[in-house]
Amino acid sequence: MPDFSWQPLWLTFKLAILTTGALLLVGAPLAYGLAHWESRFKYFVQTLVSMPLVLPPTVLGFYLLLLFNPANMVGRFLDSTFDLRLVFTFEGLVVASVIYSLPFMVNPIQAGFQSLPASLAEASYTLGKSRLQTFWKVLLPNLKPSLLTGTVMSFAHTVGEFGVILMIGGSIPGETKVASIAIYEEVEALNYQTANAYALVLFSITFTILLTVYLVNRRYLKAF
Amino acid sequence: MISLNIQKRLVAAEGNLDLKLDLQIRAQDFVTLFGKSGAGKTTTLRILAGLADPDAGLIRVGEETWFDSREGINLPPQKRRIGFVFQDYALFPNMTVRKNLEYALENRTERGIVEELLEIVGLKNLANRKPGTLSGGQQQRVALARALVRRPKILLLDEPLSALDLEMRLKLQDELLNIHKQFKITTILVSHHFGEIFKLSNRVIVIERGKIARSGPPSEVFIGKKLSGKFKFEGEILEMEKSEVVYILTISIGNNLVKVIATEAEAQQLKIGDRVIVASKAFNPVLIPLKN
Repeated sequence: MPDFSWQPLWLTFKLAILTTGALLLVGAPLAYGLAHWESRFKYFVQTLVSMPLVLPPTVLGFYLLLLFNPANMVGRFLDSTFDLRLVFTFEGLVVASVIYSLPFMVNPIQAGFQSLPASLAEASYTLGKSRLQTFWKVLLPNLKPSLLTGTVMSFAHTVGEFGVILMIGGSIPGETKVASIAIYEEVEALNYQTANAYALVLFSITFTILLTVYLVNRRYLKAF
Repeated sequence: MISLNIQKRLVAAEGNLDLKLDLQIRAQDFVTLFGKSGAGKTTTLRILAGLADPDAGLIRVGEETWFDSREGINLPPQKRRIGFVFQDYALFPNMTVRKNLEYALENRTERGIVEELLEIVGLKNLANRKPGTLSGGQQQRVALARALVRRPKILLLDEPLSALDLEMRLKLQDELLNIHKQFKITTILVSHHFGEIFKLSNRVIVIERGKIARSGPPSEVFIGKKLSGKFKFEGEILEMEKSEVVYILTISIGNNLVKVIATEAEAQQLKIGDRVIVASKAFNPVLIPLKN
């Protein structure tokens, strides 16, 4: 089989794992904020978070490309201050993927927060616990199903990313050439056999992950 | 001594309501807030707990000021030493019964009180179960025990027994009384049940449309004004039979079927399916004690 390499696949999963991890850190506090924030400004933020659901990935990728271009302000700032370049780099893919998959993490967790009875947090306050303690010890642990849904959806969404990556990452082997890009290129070069191999591996691994999670989740939910 | 003088505008679907209360509660009293739903009872508890803010006013508990709109003082719930038992119990589903109680500890060295409370409310055997696996009465006990862990000055109970059956309700009333005696804790209860109010509280405050309508010992408040020599029940006519000169009506009242005599004139105005009030004045009914 010409040109088959595990590298794009490994890159895909590395990207998905890092993105999901970053999203958990960013998404849970953001979801909490959106669930409890009462201001018109909230809907502005909510809309921004959900934009990737409806926006063509190429549009998002295009704007990010402009934003992170070292010739522009934000890109120059990142470059000179943190020595961080986000166009055509793996780091750039992680940042773009976090933005692209944000609604997949935030929306389920936000719905989870909103479905918890307000009295849970209130009871915790009357027991002398701070908001932060309440968040960690009472609210988050009771959101396990939502957290799991958010994690799985973000992970799967990142694995399936294509347009954003093509715009902001291009196809640099070992850096930005993830499996979905590799498949596209192989098809373009008429190497159907190689494309098939990538596709099959991607399909099998993601199918197994999702199936495992749903089975675990089902048992977990039953325990309640 | 709790002194509370507050006002708050409550926005509700049925229209706005101005809650305006001025009341004093002596330490170690057992006080019931009584009134129709939507009268502002739960809000009053929430204001005392710091879970809702009044628009203006003053709340003083003993020597402490908990709320003073003029001075800009508003202690957060964490700093008001209160125990709150929510109507839905608000137990933490992710923690066992024991962990629910231990969560309230300020430092882990005071675990003794958790064991003591588990003993008092009879939950020792269930200490390692999650709340979701307990019955309503058991959950209620956990919520009560948890509210007492911090040894609060005031215990606030928001219709804590309303979801329980009569037997469990009576049992928990006894427990509440014991706890009130043992911990010498000022207790404020929201309740609709006369039996409960008479049994538990030494003072009842009747709130109507956001204002205090009456207050005093339950016997004075309820019996003094409401006692009438009348029995009055609402029912539905199921059957009408003519018998000699009168009619015999079968009426369903609550879970009972009752036969009542009606005159011909009365009967002509009624038909099967009508809802009626069955009232009887100045009569001498028989009282038979119920055995448990």
